[in-house]
Amino acid sequence: MSGTVLVLAVFLACAVEAVEALTIVLAAGVTRGWRSPMIGVVAALLTLAVVVAALGPAISRIPIGAMQLVIGGLLLVFGLQWLRKAILRASGYKALHDEDKIYQQQVAAAKAAGTESRAFVTDWYGFTLAYKGVFLEGLEVAFIVVTFGSVQGQIPEASLGAIAAVVLVVVVGLLIKAPLAKVPENTMKFVVGILLSSFGIFWGAEGAGAHWPGADVSLLVIIPAVLVVSLAYVALLRNQQRRTVSAVRPEQSGVTS
Amino acid sequence: MNPIMRFLHFWYDFVVGDDWTVAVGVVIALVVTALFAGAGIAAWWLLPLAVVLLLGLSLRKASRSGA
Repeated sequence: MSGTVLVLAVFLACAVEAVEALTIVLAAGVTRGWRSPMIGVVAALLTLAVVVAALGPAISRIPIGAMQLVIGGLLLVFGLQWLRKAILRASGYKALHDEDKIYQQQVAAAKAAGTESRAFVTDWYGFTLAYKGVFLEGLEVAFIVVTFGSVQGQIPEASLGAIAAVVLVVVVGLLIKAPLAKVPENTMKFVVGILLSSFGIFWGAEGAGAHWPGADVSLLVIIPAVLVVSLAYVALLRNQQRRTVSAVRPEQSGVTS
Repeated sequence: MNPIMRFLHFWYDFVVGDDWTVAVGVVIALVVTALFAGAGIAAWWLLPLAVVLLLGLSLRKASRSGA
């Protein structure tokens, strides 16, 4: 069961990050030509491959108990970040991720930037924009692949999930030649946050020496429980937001009348 | 900011993010879980409870500051 969830979590996380990276690369390529941004993409992917190839085997050598504790703790902190942002977005406290808007901003910035040639790169701005976009978005996926994959002993399966997501996003991006604004990114980030936090809770507690009732089967309770708690927080925050708005409106109308 | 500080700042931002209290809370919860487990007390419930509280407090703080 956890192997399937592992691939699903990596696939979803990677798809979301690939959509964001695609927006940046498209903006760079469309405004400044494709050569330098594509060199940037290849360089970033090679850097990420080195990170996974170096960290994966290194982490795999740590004894399983210590590995579960450290990786469980890291995944929990990291997953709660995703979940916190997703809950704030779903409840209206944080702006939803809008690929169209980000694309327009990146295009405007790319048009305004000057052209500088360095080493084998004819357009340094296009190169660095694509490199940073792909590397920074990809680093989160590399982190998830290495941590999840190490504890499960399934780094190749996790990598396949990531590669499948990248291929899917790139193919769709090439077909429509526009940012993938219709991908339900915010919902996908919510799901990834729930999965990372749930596995973080499970492995963290096991690594600290606790024993789950029902062992691995307890994940079937932890994941829905984290989902229910998260949805409850979304509902609470939405109510709070509505109360704040309705409390402000009468005051405003009182001032203007 | 020198390159080493920038490097450390990047990784702090990457792992810990906007609210450091969540990271500290998780570490404390893991330590207490280990202490309970070491003493032979059932400790599996502690981390889920800590997550519910930490997430709630962090969201409350973010919503009050306008996220």
